[in-house]
Amino acid sequence: MAMINSEPEVTREYFLNLGPQHPSTHGVLRVLLKLDGEYIVEADPIIGYGHRGHEKMAENRTYKQFMPNPSRVDYLSGFIYNHGYVLAVEKLMGLEVPERAKYIRVICSELNRISSHLLWFGTFLMDLGAFTPFLYCFDDREVILDLLDSITGSRLTYCYCRIGGVAKDIDDQFIEGTLSFIKRLRSRWTDYHNLVTKNVIFIHRVKNIGLITKDIALKYGVTGPNLRGCGVPYDIRKAEPYEIYDELDFEIPVGEKGDIWDRYMVRLNEMEQSCRIIEQAIKKLPRGPIKASGVPVKIAPPKGEVYFPFESARGEAAFYIVSDGTEYPYRIRIRVPSFSNLQALIEVLPGTLVADTIAILGSIDIVVPEIDR
Amino acid sequence: MAGVMEHVLGNEVGRLIVGLIVVLIFSQLNALFLVWLERKVAGHIQLRIGPKEVGPFGLLQTIVDGLKLVGKELITPKRADKILFIIAPVLVFVPVLVPFIVLPFSKSLPLNDMNVGLLVIFSFSTINVLAILIGGWGSNNKYALLGAIRSVAQNIAYEIPLLLSVLSVVLMTKTLQMSKIVEAQSSYWFFLVQPIAALTYFICATAETNRAPFDIPEAESELVAGFHTEFSGMRFGLFFLAEYTNVFVVCAVATTLFLGGWTGPFGYSLGIPGIIWFLAKTYLLVFVIMWFRWTFPRLRFDQLISFSWKVLIPLALANLIITAGVIKLI
Repeated sequence: MAMINSEPEVTREYFLNLGPQHPSTHGVLRVLLKLDGEYIVEADPIIGYGHRGHEKMAENRTYKQFMPNPSRVDYLSGFIYNHGYVLAVEKLMGLEVPERAKYIRVICSELNRISSHLLWFGTFLMDLGAFTPFLYCFDDREVILDLLDSITGSRLTYCYCRIGGVAKDIDDQFIEGTLSFIKRLRSRWTDYHNLVTKNVIFIHRVKNIGLITKDIALKYGVTGPNLRGCGVPYDIRKAEPYEIYDELDFEIPVGEKGDIWDRYMVRLNEMEQSCRIIEQAIKKLPRGPIKASGVPVKIAPPKGEVYFPFESARGEAAFYIVSDGTEYPYRIRIRVPSFSNLQALIEVLPGTLVADTIAILGSIDIVVPEIDR
Repeated sequence: MAGVMEHVLGNEVGRLIVGLIVVLIFSQLNALFLVWLERKVAGHIQLRIGPKEVGPFGLLQTIVDGLKLVGKELITPKRADKILFIIAPVLVFVPVLVPFIVLPFSKSLPLNDMNVGLLVIFSFSTINVLAILIGGWGSNNKYALLGAIRSVAQNIAYEIPLLLSVLSVVLMTKTLQMSKIVEAQSSYWFFLVQPIAALTYFICATAETNRAPFDIPEAESELVAGFHTEFSGMRFGLFFLAEYTNVFVVCAVATTLFLGGWTGPFGYSLGIPGIIWFLAKTYLLVFVIMWFRWTFPRLRFDQLISFSWKVLIPLALANLIITAGVIKLI
């Protein structure tokens, strides 16, 4: 009798490599999943496949030569990064920028934010298995790309801001196009809500799933719509207003619990708020120069350092620049929101199903090259 | 020549052989056409126009794609279970052809109008799941295995309500013979008196064909390609063609059971031949299934199971009991 093997039967856990080549990891993210059946026991996001060394590149270039790089860090909110970098350098130099340039920058940044959120909306629904909204979003997004293309000359990786202003003035065509785009986008909301938000399957897939609670969010430094989804109204545009954001009237949409649904609604409402910002900015748009006079050709900020946070489409991004008084920055460090947002997955994923993992990963809205820089 | 034809067609075996060849050709062309249709439907739903380069309206696009698949190397993964890996695509394709033998395209066109026609269809369509399980297991790939497991879980979900809803119709007609089921609907179609059964059947049929919103076993964004991740070339092609043929079969069965098969509405055929009525209704249902796919997000498999067990089965069962009671009273 004693010989009977009484070892309890156990289910064998196994590892699944989600990525780096996988349709839903949005680039080259690898998530090592420890699975029990389809339930996740442990999740470990592994990064570094898209490292391009932007920070190191900055040390070997002048401030002006580094201008095209920031928009390639997070290519989906390229304008916002371009904007942020210029702001950081201007703060370091103590440069005053003409009002009109500020307005133009804010209008373009908000357009860029909408385009980024639209792309997120499409790809997130594709992760959930709905293919069609993706193409509708891209149709809308195309208008923004054309608009920005008409003034900046590029569709994705913009380099339009200049230290002390912007490259060239906007025209009436751009303003009319922007206003008619806002009108078009607002008429699309009904379609989007009928097709997606009110869809029973969609609601079941996102409600009460992937809870990023306030504690987890604050612990890991989660920012942006992911943080606002759990009810913390923290937005750099309100908390530490830069440019003209304190003169404009807009709200910070927040969620309640921090599930996928909340993050979804926050982003959708944010697009509407961005529309409001653009409308007001266009209404108030002053006349005048678009570039500060007296910006030296050779840009060599005084010795010192500056940390400049700004709100990208994914959360708090920042440039930390150390200057040693020469033409070349001594060090540029980029704070990217996706990095912190991704880390929260370690606590959120365990206990969910593989299908949920994809939905949560999509809802966090990561840009992998931004994490790796 | 005519004498030979008569001799061949008059003979039961001859009729079967000719019929099988026709079925094979029809099912292949039909699958290719459906792939094209799917791409066109998807295109127009998504603000695109779909294929248009090869042939008129891009009709030859799928044939070219098929030729490409034929020309590709058949890769067998090193650590795959070779026998199972090779059997799976064949096993998935053959059963979907069998229902064509009993499908009543028109009054004279069921190839073999056997008295257990319905039973044949449902017993063969179940083999599909076995093939997917074998394919997923044999690939020795974790994504494929997950897909196969999900497929079995899904089978548990839809099979019972599917059969329960079909039983309601069988109770009304008291036969399993396809042609008699159609004839019973000569005055009105059954979806008018059996709306719940029709709805349940259609939902389950969508799940049986692994189509969105129930494309759980091959969930592209989750499992790469699900159970057929490792299959390449024409082996993948067989899975693909089988899926579309299966879509046609379930829609044809739905037409037979609920939409009056080859008959026109309320017995008026309007001078249109029966086969046209049949194909028109079937393709309409196929279109609806395609419409689903490009509109809905995907369910999670545990949600599908709970939906099926908590909603569909009680509904189908209640419907069956009520049908039985009403028939007894009449």
